[in-house]
Formats: sequence, structure tokens, C-alpha cells
Amino acid sequence: MMKLTTIRFLVGQALSSIKRNGMMSLASIGTVAISMFVLGTFLLLALNANLVADAIETNVEIAVLVHPDASKETIDSTYNDISSLNGVMAVTHVGKDEALAGLEKQFGEGHDLLRSLGGVNPLPDSFIVKVENPRLVSKVADVIGGFSSVDKVRYGKGMIEKLFSVLDWVRWLGAGIAVLLSLAAVFLIAITVRITVFARGDEITIMKYVGATNWFIRLPFFLEGLILGTLGSLLAATAIYFSYSKLVSYVILTVNFIPLITDKEFILQLLLYLLVGGAVLGSIGSAVSVRKFLKV
Amino acid sequence: MIRMYNASKDYANGVKALIDVSVQIEKGEFVFLVGPSGAGKSTFIRLLFREELPSDGQVIIAGKSIVRLRSSKVAVLRRNIGVVFQNFRLLSDRTAFENVAFALRVLQFSQKDINQRVPEILRQVGLSARAGSYPHQLSGGEQQRVAIARAIVNNPKILIADEPTGNLDPDTSWEIMHLLYEINKRGTTLIIATHDKKIVDTMKRRVIGLERGRLVRDDQQGVYGL
Repeated sequence: MMKLTTIRFLVGQALSSIKRNGMMSLASIGTVAISMFVLGTFLLLALNANLVADAIETNVEIAVLVHPDASKETIDSTYNDISSLNGVMAVTHVGKDEALAGLEKQFGEGHDLLRSLGGVNPLPDSFIVKVENPRLVSKVADVIGGFSSVDKVRYGKGMIEKLFSVLDWVRWLGAGIAVLLSLAAVFLIAITVRITVFARGDEITIMKYVGATNWFIRLPFFLEGLILGTLGSLLAATAIYFSYSKLVSYVILTVNFIPLITDKEFILQLLLYLLVGGAVLGSIGSAVSVRKFLKV
Repeated sequence: MIRMYNASKDYANGVKALIDVSVQIEKGEFVFLVGPSGAGKSTFIRLLFREELPSDGQVIIAGKSIVRLRSSKVAVLRRNIGVVFQNFRLLSDRTAFENVAFALRVLQFSQKDINQRVPEILRQVGLSARAGSYPHQLSGGEQQRVAIARAIVNNPKILIADEPTGNLDPDTSWEIMHLLYEINKRGTTLIIATHDKKIVDTMKRRVIGLERGRLVRDDQQGVYGL
């Protein structure tokens, strides 16, 4: 078990190096912070995009708008025609009034839409058609579009595929940038620690002569890198935490149909990984320099 | 305490720093190591605390071969050997107290031990009043006393001094020699590499002479040279 005096000594050595290296330490911390911030941002982006994609995939539906002047009977027969089509799982009829109510809800309370529209509901009757398999969507939609009573058919043509290809692209881009920045961070920390190794040449010599063990001589340098990396990623984690909370509350207020990860525990865990990532980067950086420049 | 058998040291650049040197130094001895610059004194000393390994031959310290010593045990060997240099090698950003305490901190002594041993050692070297001074506030002699205090605070069995008076005026040199003599009298084996003819001639101790890497003499009550 290490004595408290020893721990204080080792940490003190590391901290005084960080202070003495002022600008280089700041540069290292900054680089780690930026790389971890980018990594964290892309991670959150990818995870949220996954969530959106999931939501969309389970919700592939076709919106069928009936001609505005269609009679009750026409609407009923159209309903039956659609229901009897192959591959159709469920059909929901949304009446004009319901559609208006739904719209009002989306606009938020306190709006009297009907009055602002001059007392006439311009929305047609519509059907929401759920298909058994997302791949059948375009086929079914084409058939429904051919019905004489149907005015318009809407569905997310190729949207999911597009989303996934964008998602992949974002993932690779994020991973690439994060790897490059991480390398830069490791490199800068290695340089910073190397400066310390040279600045502490006298101390290292004396430590050797009085019989310090190798790991004892090396430990403060590892600690220096570790602290730099952890401080950097702590900055990044804090920045991500606050900007993400801000983003979430903004998105919820404005575009509430986009689902976002709001599970605090999950996000904190993610940030914890970032913190560990920064500490690892720092340790790698110092290990590189200690191995190369600290001959004991 | 120290046994050197046919030790040689060739450096990569072709310099033969030591050639076939055999020496025995017993526990508690006081030995001067003399010779002109480049005679091999520094290499001799470096072999003792295993800064270097001999190219040939054997070096045994306190019963252990430094040649066969595993690198993890080197630190343990060095705890038994204190070293003092011509240029003191104090840490300029720390007080005398902290310079001495540094050796103990590195060896993981507790703060309690440090608070007890450092003042005691500083008293032994006559520097109690200067414990809080930084190296640049101390005279050369005082700095060397701090360096000696740091070298012996861990009670090493062997103290090696490489030109300890090289940067000091004659009076101060004598004070330092007296201090080293006191330490030797308490049982520490002492090896002093020096150019100081007057000191060697006056103290009349064992003298080991090196010249161009070879052992040229080993006199029990020697003088510096002819």
C-alpha cells in the first residue's frame, strides 16, 4: 500500500510539471478537449439518428388524401378497397374534423385554427395505411394512387435508405475525425511530457542515484499525461452535457416530432466513457515519451 | 564490501576506460582514488553504482555481482550507495530541507520519518540554521554539505564522492574532508576521487592510483604521487 506522503509527492510532481509547462499543457488539454468533443458529438448524433431511423422504420405508413368533395359512401368504399389490398396491415380513417384537431394540437394550445381559417375546414378526409413490410410501400401506394376517389398519396419514398446511407457517412466521418484528432492529442501530450522529462533531468538523475525504482521515476510522467487527458475530456464532457441539454430542450419545444435521447443516465454514462477515453489518450501519450526519452 | 576482479571497460567509440583492474575495498575503509583526467576514475565510480557494466571481469558489491544483477534490483543496490558530486547537483527550486527530504520521499518514507530524519542529518552536517535556504542562497561549502546530507540520509553502507572539493576553496575543502572523515568514522565505507594533492598527502589514507585505465598503485598510507 502506498503511503499518503508518497501519493502526495507523485501527484505534486505531476501537477508542478503541468504548471511549469503552462502553454504546452494548455495546448494538450485543448486538443484532447476538442477531439473528445467531436467524438462525443458524433456519437450522440449517430445514436440519435439511429433512434430516428428506428422510429421511422416502425412507422412506415402511407397517407391517402381523399378528394375533398367525396361523399360519405365513396369514402366508405375506398376504405374497403384499400383494406382488401394485398400487404395492407391496417387502415385508419381520419375524418376532416379529426385532422383539424390533430393539426391544432401540433400548433399547440390556445390556437383556434378553424376561426383563423374563416370557419371552413380545408382538410380532406384521409386514411393512414400501414403496410406489412416497408418494401411493399411503394407498390401499395401506386395502386391506391390509381383509385378515382383518391386525390393524393404520400409516403417516405426511399427515405429510410437515404437516412441510413447518411447515417453511415456521418459515422465514418465522425470516426475518422475523432481518430485524427486523438492522434494529434496523443502527439501533443507526448511532446509535453517529453519537455517535462528534459526539464526534470536533474531530478531523474538524483532519483536514480538515491535508488528510486523505475516505476517510481516514471509514475509522475504518466500521471502528468493522465491528468492532461482527463482535464481535456472533462472539459469536453461538460461542454457536451450543457450544449446537448440546451439542444434537447430546444428541439422538444420546436420540432417535437423528432425523437431525441433524453435519458440522463445514458448520456452521463456516455460522457463517462469520454472521460475514460481522454485519460487513455493521455496515458498513451506519456507512455510514448517515457519509453523513448526516459532511460532509467 | 567492494570486489573488482579484472574489470575492463571499453566504450563503443574504442576508448578503453579501464583495463584489467582488480581491487578489494573492505567495509569501513577510507580510500582515495587518484589519477589524471581521463585515467578512468569516473568509469571506476560508475561501475560501483552500476551506471555502467564492465565489458569484462566482475564487480561484486556487498556480496552481489552487479553484472548478474537484474535491472529491477539496481535500485536496491543504489540505496546502499550514496553519491556526492563536484557540482553538488542540488535542485535549485527547493530548500536545503526539501533537497534532503527528496531522497527520502523518492524512497517512500513517511512524512513523520522525513520530519524526524532530515533535521537530524542537517544537524550532523552543521546546517541546521540553513534548512530553509535555497541553493543559490548558500555558499559552495554549504551546498556540498546539503549534497552530503542527501547522500547519507538513507544510511548507505558506501559513500562515493567524485571530486567533492573540486569547486571549493582550500579552507572549505578541509571542512568538507573533515565532515566526510566523520561519516567514515561512523562506519560508512568512503571512496573519494580527487585531484587535491595536498589533501591526499596530508590525510595519509589508502590511495588507489589509475593511469590510462590501468591500476598503477595501491598504497595503504599513500601520498598523491611523486
